[in-house]
Amino acid sequence: MTTTITWTAVCRLGDLLPERGAAALVGGVQVAVFRLHDDQVRAVGNRDPLWGANVMSRGIVGTRGGRAVVVSPMHKQAYDLDTGACLDDPAAALPVYAARVRDGVVEVVAG
Amino acid sequence: MRLVVIGNGMVGQRFVESLAARDTARRFTEVTVLGEETRRAYDRVRLSAFFDGVSAEELTLAPPGVPAGTTIRLGEPATAVDREARVVRTAAGEYPYDALVLATGSRAFVPPVPGTGSPGVFVYRTLDDLEALRAHAAGRSAGIVVGGGLLGLEAANALRLLGLRTAIVEFAPHLMPMQVDAAGGAILRRRIEELGIDVHTGAGVTGIAPDGDRLAVGAGELTLGADLVVFAAGVRPRDELARAAGLPVAERGGILVDASCRTADERVFAIGECAAVDGRCYGLVAPGYAMADVVADRLLGGDATFGGADMSTKLKLLGVDVASFGATTGPLDVVYADPAHGLYAKLVLTDDARTLLGGILVGDAAAYGVLKAAVGGPVPGKLADFLSAGAPDVALPGDAQVCSCNAVTKDQVLGAIGAGCADVGCLKACTRAGTTCGSCVPLLRSLLTEAGVAQSTALCEHFAYSRQELFDLIRVRGIATFSALIGEYGTGRGCDVCKPVVASILASLGGGHVLDGEQAALQDTNDHFLANIQRDGTYSVVPRIPGGEITPERLIVIGEVARDFGLYTKITGGQRIDLFGARVEQLPAIWRRLVDAGFESGHAYGKALRTVKSCVGSTWCRYGVQDSVGLAVALELRYRGLRSPHKLKSAVSGCARECAEARSKDFGVIATETGWNLYVGGNGGFRPRHADLFATDLSTEELVRTIDRFLMFYIRTADRLQRTAAWLEALDGGLEHLRAVIVDDSLGICAELDAAMDRHVGGYADEWRAVLEDPDKLRRFVSFVNEPQTPDPSIAFTVEREQRVPVPLGMPEVSA
Ligand SMILES: Cc1cc2nc3c(=O)[nH]c(=O)nc-3n(C[C@H](O)[C@H](O)[C@H](O)COP(=O)(O)OP(=O)(O)OC[C@H]3O[C@@H](n4cnc5c(N)ncnc54)[C@H](O)[C@@H]3O)c2cc1C
Repeated sequence: MTTTITWTAVCRLGDLLPERGAAALVGGVQVAVFRLHDDQVRAVGNRDPLWGANVMSRGIVGTRGGRAVVVSPMHKQAYDLDTGACLDDPAAALPVYAARVRDGVVEVVAG
Repeated sequence: MRLVVIGNGMVGQRFVESLAARDTARRFTEVTVLGEETRRAYDRVRLSAFFDGVSAEELTLAPPGVPAGTTIRLGEPATAVDREARVVRTAAGEYPYDALVLATGSRAFVPPVPGTGSPGVFVYRTLDDLEALRAHAAGRSAGIVVGGGLLGLEAANALRLLGLRTAIVEFAPHLMPMQVDAAGGAILRRRIEELGIDVHTGAGVTGIAPDGDRLAVGAGELTLGADLVVFAAGVRPRDELARAAGLPVAERGGILVDASCRTADERVFAIGECAAVDGRCYGLVAPGYAMADVVADRLLGGDATFGGADMSTKLKLLGVDVASFGATTGPLDVVYADPAHGLYAKLVLTDDARTLLGGILVGDAAAYGVLKAAVGGPVPGKLADFLSAGAPDVALPGDAQVCSCNAVTKDQVLGAIGAGCADVGCLKACTRAGTTCGSCVPLLRSLLTEAGVAQSTALCEHFAYSRQELFDLIRVRGIATFSALIGEYGTGRGCDVCKPVVASILASLGGGHVLDGEQAALQDTNDHFLANIQRDGTYSVVPRIPGGEITPERLIVIGEVARDFGLYTKITGGQRIDLFGARVEQLPAIWRRLVDAGFESGHAYGKALRTVKSCVGSTWCRYGVQDSVGLAVALELRYRGLRSPHKLKSAVSGCARECAEARSKDFGVIATETGWNLYVGGNGGFRPRHADLFATDLSTEELVRTIDRFLMFYIRTADRLQRTAAWLEALDGGLEHLRAVIVDDSLGICAELDAAMDRHVGGYADEWRAVLEDPDKLRRFVSFVNEPQTPDPSIAFTVEREQRVPVPLGMPEVSA
């Protein structure tokens, strides 16, 4: 069985502020897309797994112990943007989606 | 066994607690405490704090409830002790005893001169005295304090706080004659006069005569006019019950007891200020506490004795540092006097200069803790360092007493730190150190630091600086961006702790719109979307209604906006209207409607001024004496948008009835007949605190300047998320220091603070309107970057009590 990977364009890199995110709807899935300080992008699930609201894209982006993280605006848990692991609660995690920038366009695989 | 305790003052209370803690076998099944005052024991040492806005309840020493078997009868003074029948009599009944403890304290001494019974003549001993004094002082302008000792200076400062022009009359040739010599007294006098208090020394009071509505006070050669007179010229032990019961008293008064605090009657003990241990009375609380513990031990068969006491004192009148400890004259006095800087220090040493016996510090008492603890041993460091002001770094011996009120040693404090105490609050709770007069708190703090457990002031893993240090770096170096700051002074890329802090500092320093450039990435989500995020990810919008005043037309607009956008509507505690359930992409449209109707949205979120509440004031209210609404509107408009370490709340009441609850606010204003009283450092919430009275009868202009400086000083120096209450409590020197800085400009920064506030006020712009006018910012308010027209499908509402409320969110499964 072969799987086709589909990259979906969600916005231009310039639509995102450095170290800030935005929500995108990709194949019915709510994705939080972030632009890091070096113009790399990351994509994770937009839903806060502990509180249920779709708000992860509105969190503060930064680092913790050298790992790139986003902090939930609900109750401040930090999530690793590369692995989705919650650094404050081992039981919680975000789904991680592949993301890249191609010709100034942010693309995500999800859904 | 039955025990009767006469007196529920500081020492009587300590005794009851001490006994209850030791009497585990319940030997005393029936304990009766008779108290003349109508309140339970309170902290008399901090009595003056009552005029700083600390309430009578806050001064209470007694924990709620009483130990089992104990009855406390307040307002029921003992009238006689019948030693033969072994009963104590009161107007209401008789109380038999097997053991009796007298803890009747002292009374204020009033010299036998004519006219001391006139209305307007007071003493300074009980809360009732202070209440009467305050009531009488209302609307009057001048007061005289008789007595220039510790107590007199405290009373004089209190009159000053009540807004009276104050004079001190002292019989001796200089102030604080018991502690300070002539040279020290002269320097002290200057300091006191700088506070605006007149000092007349070498002047005994000869009499008081009513003079119309006022009093004419004869003082030496002078006749002084005043509205009231306070006698603070010493105390006399209350030994009258003991005398009448035939118990021996000391030559100069005081119930004679031996080192076990027992009187000539083996069933009767005396403790505290009423007791003369081996003929000597002690007018301080620490020796009284020691006596209480001795008697508790003795009554249970122990053999404790009272071994004399540390008579160190420190004037609790910050801004004027005076302290004396140990002997005040001795074989060898080493004196340093610097009248130009108002400094005086004297150390008393043994002949060979090897042993410290005591000393006096005027002008700067920073070395008090260290020196006091060193009495009886060598001077802990170079003599010159102590004499020329300041507290050099030296280690205290372990058995040195850190808190003399509660006899707590350095070792006990270190023990508590070892057991896990990591802050002053915990040390207070675990050791009692610092709970009485509070003068050892700075020492406790430095012991914590020395022990290495003081919480690191580093903001987070990215910055080794405290908020205050970052503020100064940014201000002094003129740093304009987070990148520049973290590049030069930090590590990593920042986080949810340091980014909002830096955003707030930049905003306080006038950094333009909160969403400009790089600043946008620093803001907490509420500041980023200029609204309050709710549990379902929608926002609430709270239009600003300055002072809570609103026209019917505008009220209707709010109703229409709420109706048109289907927003749940609720009146807030801050006299505004909160509109809930706005999706992020709806926010600009809602603001547009509000802006068009002349509103701005409000900072109901974030670390900034929230609201200035008001009562209706003199315009309508029969009791109002000033226009509280007008002032509240002006204050809210002045300080709106001001970013601070934590939220700021305020209120203005139009009269002393205080309907606006101003004393629960960070800064609260209460109208007086002639102006405004300003209170600072209050809050409700998790740990409620009443604001402290900071200044009285200010004109509107003075009031506004004082608040400007208070806020700016707070913004510059507070820790992250430290409300003004906690900030003030942690501020070295407390309220007096704050006064020195923002009223007397002791740090020379008032002009800067004023300029900073003027910049804020001049630079304020409606942040919501600015978003509407900037397409770049507006673009961020969408549900999805790739489908801006599709609302978040997970947001759903149901109806409750006729309004839309969120459907509880199902918890999605957690992907492991
Ligand atoms: C303004 C002020 C500032 C002070 N500052 C300091 C300071 O900085 N440091 C310090 O160490 N000390 C200070 N003191 C002194 C300190 O308050 C006293 O040493 C302490 O209160 C003594 O406690 P006590 O229980 O012996 O007396 P009190 O606290 O006076 O208690 C005695 C109680 O017994 C009651 N009583 C008397 N007769 C009867 C009776 N017949 N029946 C029933 N009840 C009776 C009295 O009404 C009173 O309530 C200060 C005092 C004042 C007034």
